[in-house]
Amino acid sequence: MAGEDDGNTTNGRRRRRTRRSAVRLSKLYSYACGRRPSVADDHSVSRIGGPGFSRVVMVNAAAGEPPAAADLLQHQQQITATTNSISTTKYNLFTFLPKSLFEQFRRVANIYFLLSAGIAYSPLAAYSSSSAIAPLVIVLVATMIKEAIEDWRRNQQDTEVNNRTTQVFQQGGDGDGWDGDAAWSFRDAKWKDIRVGDIVKVHKDEFFPADLVLLSSSYEDAICYVETMNLDGETNLKLKQSLEVTSTTLPDDDSFRSFAGAVVRCEDPNAHLYTFVGNIEIDGQQHPLSPQQLLLRDSKLRNTDFVYGVVVFTGHDTKVMQNSMKVPSKRSNVEKKMDRVMYLLLFSLIVISVVSSVFFGIATGDDLQDGRMKRWYLRPDDTEIYYDPNRPAVAALLHFFTAIMLYGYFIPISLYISIEIVKLLQALFINNDIHMYHRETDTPAHARTSNLNEELGQVDTILTDKTGTLTSNSMEFIKCSIAGTAYGRGITEVERAMARRKGAPVIPNPDNMDKGNNSGIQQQQHILSSSDSEGNNDKPAVKGFNFVDERVMGGNWVNQPRSDVIEMFFRLLAVCHTCIPEVDQESGKISYEAESPDEAAFVVAARELGFTFYKRTQTGVSLRELDPSSGKQVDRSYKILNVLEFNSARKRMSVVVKNEEGKLFLFTKGADSVMFERLSGSESAYREVTQQHINEYADAGLRTLVLAYRELKEDEYAYFDRKFTAAKNSVSTDRDEKIDEAADLVERDLILLGATAVEDKLQKGVPECIDKLAQAGIKIWVLTGDKMETAINIGYACSLLRQGMKQITITLETADIIALEKVSDKTALTKASKDSVARQINEGKKLVNASSGESFALIIDGKSLTYALEDDTKDMFLDLAVGCGSVICCRSSPKQKALVTRLVKTGTGKVTLAIGDGANDVGMIQEADIGVGISGAEGMQAVMASDVSIAQFRFLERLLLVHGHWCYSRISSMICYFFYKNITFGVTLFLYDAYTSFSGQPFYNDWAMACFNVFFTSLPVIAMGVFDQDVSARFCLKFPMLYQEGPQNLLFQWQRIIGWMLNGVACAVIIFFLSTASLQHQAFRSGGEVSDMATLGATAYTCIVWAVNLQMYITVSYFTLVQHVCIWLSIALWYIFLPVYGAITPSFSTTYYMVFVEALAGAPSYWVVTLLVTAAALIPYFTYAVVKSWFFPDYHNRIQWLRHREKAKAHPDPETSADVELSQVLRQFSVRSTGVGVSARRDATAVLRHLNVDYSQSPTPGAGVVVVTTDR
Amino acid sequence: MDSHAAGSSSGGSGDGAAQPRRNSRKPKYSKFTQQELPACKPILTPKWVISVFVLVGVIFVPIGIVSLRASQQVVEIVDRYDDACVPAGVTDKLAYIRNDSIPKACTRNLTITKDMKQPIFVYYQLDNFYQNHRRYVKSRNDVQLRDKSKASETDNCDPEAKTVDGKPIVPCGLIAWSLFNDTYNLIRNNETLSVDKKDISWKSDRDHKFGSHVFPMNFQKGPLQGGKILDSKIPLSEQEDLIVWMRTAALPTFRKLYGRIYVDLKENDTITVQLENNYNTYSFSGKKKLVLSTATWIGGKNDFLGLAYLTVGGICFFLAFAFTLLYLIKPRKMGDNSYLSWNRATLGR
Repeated sequence: MAGEDDGNTTNGRRRRRTRRSAVRLSKLYSYACGRRPSVADDHSVSRIGGPGFSRVVMVNAAAGEPPAAADLLQHQQQITATTNSISTTKYNLFTFLPKSLFEQFRRVANIYFLLSAGIAYSPLAAYSSSSAIAPLVIVLVATMIKEAIEDWRRNQQDTEVNNRTTQVFQQGGDGDGWDGDAAWSFRDAKWKDIRVGDIVKVHKDEFFPADLVLLSSSYEDAICYVETMNLDGETNLKLKQSLEVTSTTLPDDDSFRSFAGAVVRCEDPNAHLYTFVGNIEIDGQQHPLSPQQLLLRDSKLRNTDFVYGVVVFTGHDTKVMQNSMKVPSKRSNVEKKMDRVMYLLLFSLIVISVVSSVFFGIATGDDLQDGRMKRWYLRPDDTEIYYDPNRPAVAALLHFFTAIMLYGYFIPISLYISIEIVKLLQALFINNDIHMYHRETDTPAHARTSNLNEELGQVDTILTDKTGTLTSNSMEFIKCSIAGTAYGRGITEVERAMARRKGAPVIPNPDNMDKGNNSGIQQQQHILSSSDSEGNNDKPAVKGFNFVDERVMGGNWVNQPRSDVIEMFFRLLAVCHTCIPEVDQESGKISYEAESPDEAAFVVAARELGFTFYKRTQTGVSLRELDPSSGKQVDRSYKILNVLEFNSARKRMSVVVKNEEGKLFLFTKGADSVMFERLSGSESAYREVTQQHINEYADAGLRTLVLAYRELKEDEYAYFDRKFTAAKNSVSTDRDEKIDEAADLVERDLILLGATAVEDKLQKGVPECIDKLAQAGIKIWVLTGDKMETAINIGYACSLLRQGMKQITITLETADIIALEKVSDKTALTKASKDSVARQINEGKKLVNASSGESFALIIDGKSLTYALEDDTKDMFLDLAVGCGSVICCRSSPKQKALVTRLVKTGTGKVTLAIGDGANDVGMIQEADIGVGISGAEGMQAVMASDVSIAQFRFLERLLLVHGHWCYSRISSMICYFFYKNITFGVTLFLYDAYTSFSGQPFYNDWAMACFNVFFTSLPVIAMGVFDQDVSARFCLKFPMLYQEGPQNLLFQWQRIIGWMLNGVACAVIIFFLSTASLQHQAFRSGGEVSDMATLGATAYTCIVWAVNLQMYITVSYFTLVQHVCIWLSIALWYIFLPVYGAITPSFSTTYYMVFVEALAGAPSYWVVTLLVTAAALIPYFTYAVVKSWFFPDYHNRIQWLRHREKAKAHPDPETSADVELSQVLRQFSVRSTGVGVSARRDATAVLRHLNVDYSQSPTPGAGVVVVTTDR
Repeated sequence: MDSHAAGSSSGGSGDGAAQPRRNSRKPKYSKFTQQELPACKPILTPKWVISVFVLVGVIFVPIGIVSLRASQQVVEIVDRYDDACVPAGVTDKLAYIRNDSIPKACTRNLTITKDMKQPIFVYYQLDNFYQNHRRYVKSRNDVQLRDKSKASETDNCDPEAKTVDGKPIVPCGLIAWSLFNDTYNLIRNNETLSVDKKDISWKSDRDHKFGSHVFPMNFQKGPLQGGKILDSKIPLSEQEDLIVWMRTAALPTFRKLYGRIYVDLKENDTITVQLENNYNTYSFSGKKKLVLSTATWIGGKNDFLGLAYLTVGGICFFLAFAFTLLYLIKPRKMGDNSYLSWNRATLGR
């Protein structure tokens, strides 16, 4: 830390004061992103002023003299009208009521209730209007309150953002206005007050308040670094650079005082993040602007002390706001099915209403025949239209509406709101699960949308991204091959997996092994690296570096046979990159800003191996090298002459440097496929060995790069530089090709140094998690951008693939296709490719169909995928893919990921879950039924688009197997229960109505009915939806097969729904007939009083409340105190309601006035009837439940039995404990026998196939058995 | 814990995020949030199931027996008189009952089958009379019944709301209009048994629903007469027949309390009933019955309750038995690991 490190603290200050001189990145980035006037730009510049490009921004209009005419001013006023305040709320004070009501009434059920409320105000009403409206109002108000709270939260967030401050160039307010110069300065202003045309100053690590055009920065060449994580999720820094004309005239605060003003003309607000067309007019001269000058709102200034910019788009005009798409609202399958059940209920409601109307019509028509009245007490001779015996058809028709309203209790009005409450609480449980909290990143799981909770329990296929999801996206330099010698003793996950696969006798626990390895080597390291300023503790704490080899570490490479090559190798690592070092002033530690974690890993590796890169200047890099001859650290600097950037076509990156002796070198690193052909023929002594090493590394799941260099002669370089510069400066369309050509001039005849291997580490627990998920019968597809070899290796490492699996590979990397590519006849190539893909798919299918019992893995690359996803082949492809155990799509683009997801979703009709971490996964996350974002690591984009976010892939296991299963089983039980209780209630109303000659007379009192759903029955159901656990978390994880209840929808199949409904009907019939038969016409009290409508109704109601609530005790399998309280509270509420309501003035309580206190409470028969009817109503279901659980148990029943058995036999009974053991042996059989997990799926299905056969022979075939479909 | 920062020099984006955070977002541990609340997990073990059934049976059968006995202790004499009270030879019963000029007196003799202890309840029973018809039930105005000053409130009462000349009827509506008007006079051994008609209605009705200052007005004078005529000098709260009638019955067959007799009746006593058969049930072929009944703790005579209890109890015993049998015959089935499908593979030898 010599040079600038003399005064640690002053240094920082000095740096701030002086204008920071940074690398001439225009040079460094000459290849990729330097200023280049492209042809397209020229076109668009000419469009300025035309439609879509009409924005004119007067820079700092308030200060400078308006340079233009009045119409421009007016325009300016117009666009400044759009303030920079944003609002993401759905409603405001005035729109809330109408808008939220509108939202509410988009639900079918609510419309129905509104309709019946409307009927309630007509003479058709079956009961009083207010009691008919009350439940609807309660439900609506509750939902609206929830909406309001959510919106309020959004509003608060907006306010927080709007009130952030930033510095704006403006006039001071306090009286010194005479002196114009003094008054104008950069002052803090709130974001919301920023207007178009304002000049703002943004400091390091601040967010840009609006879309700005960069004017100048603290760097001399007016560059700045921007982190766009919030926009696209990429963590690497983007470089922006202002126009020279602005950067030179506006270097600091003071310069703005004399800034005469400028006019920016540019495109209108739009959502394209990566385009910007405009120009800036300064002193009458126009200069074109490009995205290179645009700083987007919500991105962050990094590594740059400050920048100046002029605001061009504010508030909702900014690109990020324009871009903020509406997250597609997803509905779960259960809810969709619930809607269908609702329709069924509506239908049956209509049917019984019609039946009721017909009978009513007949009875009404009968009342008056030939002028003779039958039921004279009804006065059929003098009626309104509703009972007119002369027009029975009309009366019946009108009666239909009455019936619809009366039997409306079929439709559970509170179901939607109850479900929402329950889901909200379930989401809370997910958010609070301590087992899904990731300590390292301090992120808990977060259910961002709660309406998909139960869908988590039904996932059939998981589509996962690889990098950052399965792997942790932290690259670690782990091995290298230099001059034909392989270095690095680290062992990768994949190697471990391979070792296991090959049946290594003892599989050491990876943790132990790490420890064992490290302790030995660490010791050495300690001794050797005593000079190392880092002072490593006893763990490889260096991020990105996991290289262990005493032969080269700590300077020992000097003694290696080819130390010259090794030296060059390390030097290349330290020089050939685009990283920027950051020296911590206090500790002197150096960290690096890199475009990708790979690059960082290289520089870190070089540093750790003795080639510390510590400074980058405009023209060069400085290293602290270990000099092999003297054995001392020496500072050397290299002049960087050119950087030939990496891109995906070139697959390599080079720098041209001049060392201190004036020698010119070309350093190149790149993919083996492009590098080997560029090696010089003569210098390939260890070429084969290196190639072999590279293959080994690839097998071990590592990312490899080949390193090579060459020395350039002066004249050779001069020639290249001329051509290269010319190419760069050309504006023709073939500019890129020219640059390529120029680069090709020097990137040849390279001398091989060796190869590097970087491990993209698997996230913790990934293989185990995938294994569990596979055991749960979930199919896992990996969609990755990686190349095939890496993908396959990762597949092995994370136990998606296993040794015995047959791999079906579909690729276009075949000789004939490659040959065709060279000819570059587009149509022929397309056709040939397509045919080839179709043929490969067909072959694969044949293979799959032909074999039995074997499992297959499908591996397809991106190019083939393009063809496979075309309309005519995609079904075939899906067919094949579904037939395979594992599917890996490599080299797939974000769009392909989304397409594959859609294909699986629509093609199989099953629930898909997509999980990813980066911006490239957004499409797939939104497309899938459930999107899961990995939070904490990369950007927020994936998380923002997701429905649930978790910190680590392994949490998926708990999220699905435990929470998913619970939520699914809870919600489906809850919905069934709702239908049950409402049908019970509704059917008694219908039955009673039959006894009133279908006149539409309700059995119960108005308000008692209105309270049924809200007070007397809702609590226990909600408690069940929140707390019930059919199987404890431990057993959920222990028996992943249980999860299959979800994907096969066993708990919410029509059988079960209808069964519950029938149970409701049965209950209603029992309750109605038993209570009416018990309390007939005879006296029901010792005082001789007979029962009337009120007493009989209240008695039946009592029975319903009891039966419906006690039913809970048979249904629920997990009773906490809460549930007991809810059940008994509901029953108690009824007994509180009756006397309280009955005590209110009779004008309100009408028929129930004193009904309990005076009539019922004192009548033993009331209590006796209650007991009888309640018990009788419950016995059928109880019996059914016993039979089902004994003879046709569901899978969860079986586990309950097992748990019971385990608990009961706490003291070991030899026979049973053996049984338990056996079950465990069997459970683990799949895992143990094959070593690597995946097998699990196949073996699980094998066991089950066995099972199914077994069942078909057993006396109780099929029923209730979890039949797991095999993969195919 | 927090010492991670020490040895690391960050290679990646250099975020330096390893600092310990003051307010960690780590969820707080509680049994509630972790869904680990203590709970009982009932499972339908044979022991449980069988004992539940036995328990229900054990409770229900005695209740059934007690109820049945109570019901059987009730002595009930039912006499249907609607047909019998029409003079022989009348073919059009409707014309007969509608004709006011024909005297409707009728005499019936009842024999007491068993000793009846006082109080003995006198009921009339109507069959096939839809007091619970919605039009009928709604046809009343509670405000008017309660409040003297609200006499003109006759909403819902059509067509018996107002007289032809527009005066409000009190009590209005079909229920009051169709008030039952047969009368019974009970005679034993030429001695009239006094029928006490006090307190035959619910006290709350008398006190709160029917005003003590509300008197019948303009009641039952039209050409079409429904039922009984009310004495306009007696306030509604004392017109107990009306109050009883206006408590609408739940089902089309119903009894209403007519009065009480505070005399013990002996077995084989003959009661002569002099009745006036005024009420028209002929048009809708309803039956009229006179009922004399005693009551026990459970009320009047209804064996159903007791029998239902016995039946349910019996079913429970049967189920208990059946499940026990199943348990004994196929013991392996229950609570066995073989329930776990994983085991089936090996058990299916």
